[in-house]
Amino acid sequence: MIARDKLSKLASNLVLLAIGILFVLPLLWVLFASINRTAGLRVEFPTHPTLGNFKAVLNTDTTYRPVFNGLVLCGGSALLTMVCAVLAAYPLSRFKSRFNRPFLLTVLFCTGLPITAVMVPVYGLFVQLNLVDTLGGTIMFMATASLPFAIWLTKTFMDGVPISLEEAAWVDGASNMRALKSIVLPLMWPGIAVVLIFTFIGMWGNFFVPFMLLLSPERLPASVSIFTFFGQYGEPNYGQLAAYSLIYTMPVLLLYLLLSKKLGGAFALGGAIKG
Amino acid sequence: MTTTVAATPAPAAPKAGRSGKPRAANLIKMLPLTPAIGLMLVFLAGPIAYCIYAAFTNMALTGNGAANVTFIGLDNFRKAFGSGAFTNAIWLTLIFTLLSAIIGQNTLGLGLSLLMRKSTKVVRNFVGTAVIGAWVLPEVVAAYLLSAFFNEEGTLNVMLHAVGLPGQDWLYAAPIIAVALANIWRGTAFSMLVYSAALSEVPKEIEESAEMDGAGGWRRLVFVTLPMISRAIMTNLMLITLQTLSVFGLIYAMTRGGPGTKSQTLPLYMYEQAFSFSQIGYGTAIALVMLAIGAVFSLIYLRGLNTEAA
Repeated sequence: MIARDKLSKLASNLVLLAIGILFVLPLLWVLFASINRTAGLRVEFPTHPTLGNFKAVLNTDTTYRPVFNGLVLCGGSALLTMVCAVLAAYPLSRFKSRFNRPFLLTVLFCTGLPITAVMVPVYGLFVQLNLVDTLGGTIMFMATASLPFAIWLTKTFMDGVPISLEEAAWVDGASNMRALKSIVLPLMWPGIAVVLIFTFIGMWGNFFVPFMLLLSPERLPASVSIFTFFGQYGEPNYGQLAAYSLIYTMPVLLLYLLLSKKLGGAFALGGAIKG
Repeated sequence: MTTTVAATPAPAAPKAGRSGKPRAANLIKMLPLTPAIGLMLVFLAGPIAYCIYAAFTNMALTGNGAANVTFIGLDNFRKAFGSGAFTNAIWLTLIFTLLSAIIGQNTLGLGLSLLMRKSTKVVRNFVGTAVIGAWVLPEVVAAYLLSAFFNEEGTLNVMLHAVGLPGQDWLYAAPIIAVALANIWRGTAFSMLVYSAALSEVPKEIEESAEMDGAGGWRRLVFVTLPMISRAIMTNLMLITLQTLSVFGLIYAMTRGGPGTKSQTLPLYMYEQAFSFSQIGYGTAIALVMLAIGAVFSLIYLRGLNTEAA
């Protein structure tokens, strides 16, 4: 019996390891290619590792401006989403109303709608409202697109904060908004951080929305400007592309590590989604 | 446009006030909802309403449809269902969703989370990090990594040659398979996380007692473990199907829908029709079909949650 257990454990480890290696291989390519001056398409460790690729892409046009644009765009949208989601979650979580259930069902329904499909009419709307190629308009749309999921998650986290503390505050004459600010929010900051960081990570990788709604090269975020490595110049410089990809990936990687170290974020999210 | 937006919130307001308490106090309580509702009405409900309107017109960016937009009834839909390119896109979307989400991500995610329960910590952490690493990468970066992997001179062919198999340019020979595999690589982490969370809540005693009763590994899995996480399976299937239906960036960056239209799924077809060919009316009709498919899945998902909660 014990021998069989050991055997099955070994088999599990081996199968897992094999799958893990398949997942790692494409990732290795980007790591090795970024320090290879003559990078090709296969995984190979460079004979003369160099930081030249990073030096070549670290300039205003290629890296600094798109990354800065991305931070403004995604940071602004994530904050706007969060503020609206917290405000909306409070009455939904705290007050009984006939309006709550239909509203929450609508929100949940919206999380399922393919945002890709809405993009054509959104473009039409942006043309009519003169919002095409404006950061403000794009921020508002990106915030709206992630709002349903954010409201749902925030409400789930807020439900976990006991209402008794607020009731005491209400008796003392505190308004709802005061109770929200000084009692509920401090108690649920881990939840807020999870929603905020996940919203941001989703937006940072979003290609389609800024690709459609922003036009001028000087406004494009990193997710779209990465496209300029291809196109007019023919065969792209894979080493520089890899270096740039790493730089562009770094912020979300750090945020994700922060999330999973401090908050067990992914598992919290998995639990929340499972409902 | 503005009239639709302004008219919609009206019916909701009196409803909240009818619950016995003074109407005004109730409304003030619900006031914090207004920023969220406002944004969703303008940027979500508005476009959807616009989509429903434009899908029945000949709206275009150039030509006759640009000068005077006229109502053309169901013509866009007739044109779509009669066109080979649209049917092709529907089929490719189905194949892509079935292969990459329902079979690939779902099964692999479940398998990974089951295997992880029986493995040593080092292996578990290594595999978990690799799979989640692929998930955290931005869409376009993932697309480039996998383009390189599937390329004629890429790592996959090097591996195939090493074991004596012939290689080929996978993005050219089997583009839809390549993008489906890419989507599995990128999206499996989500299913893995959902299933890991669900499995952690299955009490060990139940599985152990089944083992005592002589149920072997597979039977224990099929008759004991899987039924206990059936709700997570349902939720996961719905969510990944919805995500996969609207994948655009990954495919666009890898193949642009080509070669020809061999990997042109519905979102890419819609994009091409609406923007490359400027047929906004026809493009929104396709968008409406996608929205309808999404709405059906979303409703099934809601029903599932509702019956479970009751």
